[in-house]
Amino acid sequence: MDTAVAQERENYLNASHGLKSWLLTKDHKRIGLLYLFTITLFFFIGGAFATLIRIELLSPQGNMVSSETYNKLFTMHAVAMIFFFMIPSIPAVLGNFFLPIMIGARDLAFPKLNLLSWYLLVIGGAFSLFAMIAGGVDTGWTFYTPYSTTYSNSWVIATALGIFIAGFSSILTGLNFIVTVHRMRAPGMTWFRMPLFVWANYATSLIQVLGTPVLAVTIVLLFVERVFQLGIFDPARGGDPVLFQHLFWFYSHPAVYIMVLPGMGVISEIISTFSRKTVFGYAFIAFSSVAIAVLGFLVWGHHMFVSGQSLYASMVFSFLSYFVAIPSAIKVFNWTATLYKGSISYQTPMLYAFGFIGLFTIGGLTGLFLAALGMDIHVTDTYFVVAHFHYIMVGGTMMAYLGGMHFWWPKMTGRMYPEGWAKLSSLVIFLGFNLTFFPQFILGYLGMPRRYHLYPAEFQVLNVMSTAGASILAVGYAMPMIYFIWSLKYGKVAPMNPWGATGLEWRTASPPPVHNFEQTPIVTHEAYDYTSVPAEEIEVV
Amino acid sequence: MSAPHSETHVDSVGTYVKVLLALMFCTVLTTWVAYIDLGAFSTVIALSIASVKMLLVAMFFMHVRHSSKLTKLVVVGALMWLGILLVLTMTDFVTRNM
Ligand code: HEM
Ligand SMILES: [Cu+2]
Repeated sequence: MDTAVAQERENYLNASHGLKSWLLTKDHKRIGLLYLFTITLFFFIGGAFATLIRIELLSPQGNMVSSETYNKLFTMHAVAMIFFFMIPSIPAVLGNFFLPIMIGARDLAFPKLNLLSWYLLVIGGAFSLFAMIAGGVDTGWTFYTPYSTTYSNSWVIATALGIFIAGFSSILTGLNFIVTVHRMRAPGMTWFRMPLFVWANYATSLIQVLGTPVLAVTIVLLFVERVFQLGIFDPARGGDPVLFQHLFWFYSHPAVYIMVLPGMGVISEIISTFSRKTVFGYAFIAFSSVAIAVLGFLVWGHHMFVSGQSLYASMVFSFLSYFVAIPSAIKVFNWTATLYKGSISYQTPMLYAFGFIGLFTIGGLTGLFLAALGMDIHVTDTYFVVAHFHYIMVGGTMMAYLGGMHFWWPKMTGRMYPEGWAKLSSLVIFLGFNLTFFPQFILGYLGMPRRYHLYPAEFQVLNVMSTAGASILAVGYAMPMIYFIWSLKYGKVAPMNPWGATGLEWRTASPPPVHNFEQTPIVTHEAYDYTSVPAEEIEVV
Repeated sequence: MSAPHSETHVDSVGTYVKVLLALMFCTVLTTWVAYIDLGAFSTVIALSIASVKMLLVAMFFMHVRHSSKLTKLVVVGALMWLGILLVLTMTDFVTRNM
């Protein structure tokens, strides 16, 4: 493609200028980028806390910060990472940008509501950030009562209010996606022609809309007890502290799927594109997303096995937890089957997809260990749990997010990232990740509890390994930050369809015009039908 | 795709007034029952009356009665999810001391 022409063409980036044109934009693509900046900021904040935690754990004596400060560090790490980075990450950035384009729409159904969602995240983030700067919060991201309502002297209310507000951002995004998928599909884009990324985001949206209000209610109840001393969770006033955990985990277990389902959607796109094959078992993958969304609501009690929950309830929740593994396994097996006899190319997004499949599988299988009642009593509240969820959230979702960012970067910016550096960084991240978190499985199994900075000296070697891994991981994350920015000016100009992919987003210019398509596309093929891509449109780089 | 605002059915003012009166009657009833000691049934009755009120508001004031099947599905879905929350939470509370 002619470089000069590509740069003169009007697109969503150069159509209007100035801060106001961004802060008041109703273009889902620009809003996606606003989210990108916001969550990247929170990723750095969360990362800074993680750095301090890992440095503290280099030595068993806990001699850098006080125990109170340490409590605040791991709490604020999780609050920043979960509520302000991971939950918005893939849906609000990549989903916002690509969901409308992938179904051939000009925008989301409610563009102003979409902008409002971003402002809510920013306002919620500001409250939580204020709490962090003012003195921090020390309850753990789980805010368990009665500590959070009666005893903690930290900024519980400001933090919780921030999460409450950000929750509405999440609900409104979900609502917007659901309505968009129902009503904005291009002619011919039937439900079963939708890319699996869209299905995954649709299922995620259902969870956001059905689950997040319960989190909001829980925070209000916490507020009411802490501020007005009403007896809701405090047994001294006739409340029940375990009720808090029920309400909290009714949202927060499904929330782990808010975090991982969109990532699974990204992986389906990448695996298909880089093996040039229709996704094996398309309908199974699509329905397994919805199945995960529903089943995810039935298992929350597996976080409460040692809370004083009745043994009978624990058995029910343990039993139900095994069912969630089925749809997850369906996906993993179908991705693997897609690879079989595919014409595989090992570009960066594909490397991330491989990373996802392996690491998510380890995370998911250890989840089954934890769901087994007897096993969990042994390892609950140890580093085993920490390793489990980091394998899923960092090894899984984070890999998918980075894979997606590389996959769609040419479309978002009109520039290619440097492939060599990108491959190198994905490798560094994979190694750094495993060195950081694999030792934590062993530590936990040996009995090192989570959330303490003092530990027996015999655990030091594994902790030092973990901190070393975290340093490598940090280098790995810094690399894409640098070369992505570099590529905006120096990267090769991206063609329309650099990967020879099938989705509608590859049938429009890079970067796309303001209204996404010059004319509304008419869909005549199944998703992932590689015979439908005109050969002259593919310029593999 | 059907238009979202195909509101051919709008209830008459009279219906709204009747619903309003029914709601107020329920409120009085709730208050009255609260003064009678029915043991565990006090809560059951109070919640039942509240559910009736909720249904009236949803059906008439929120127009669910005349809405599309999809809207009804959303309402039923939301209630089902509330049911999941209550039932599974109660599996714990009811069997705590068994
Ligand atoms: C195969 C499905 C999964 C099962 C059966 C499962 C099971 C469990 C169990 C039983 C625990 C509680 C362990 C304990 O506290 O003793 C746990 C903790 C956790 N899991 Fe999973 N898990 C699964 C998938 C996921 C996914 C997909 C994510 C995230 C995207 C995730 C994130 C977490 C988190 C954050 C915690 C710790 C919460 C805390 O106490 O702070 N899990 N998991
Ligand atoms: Cu869970």
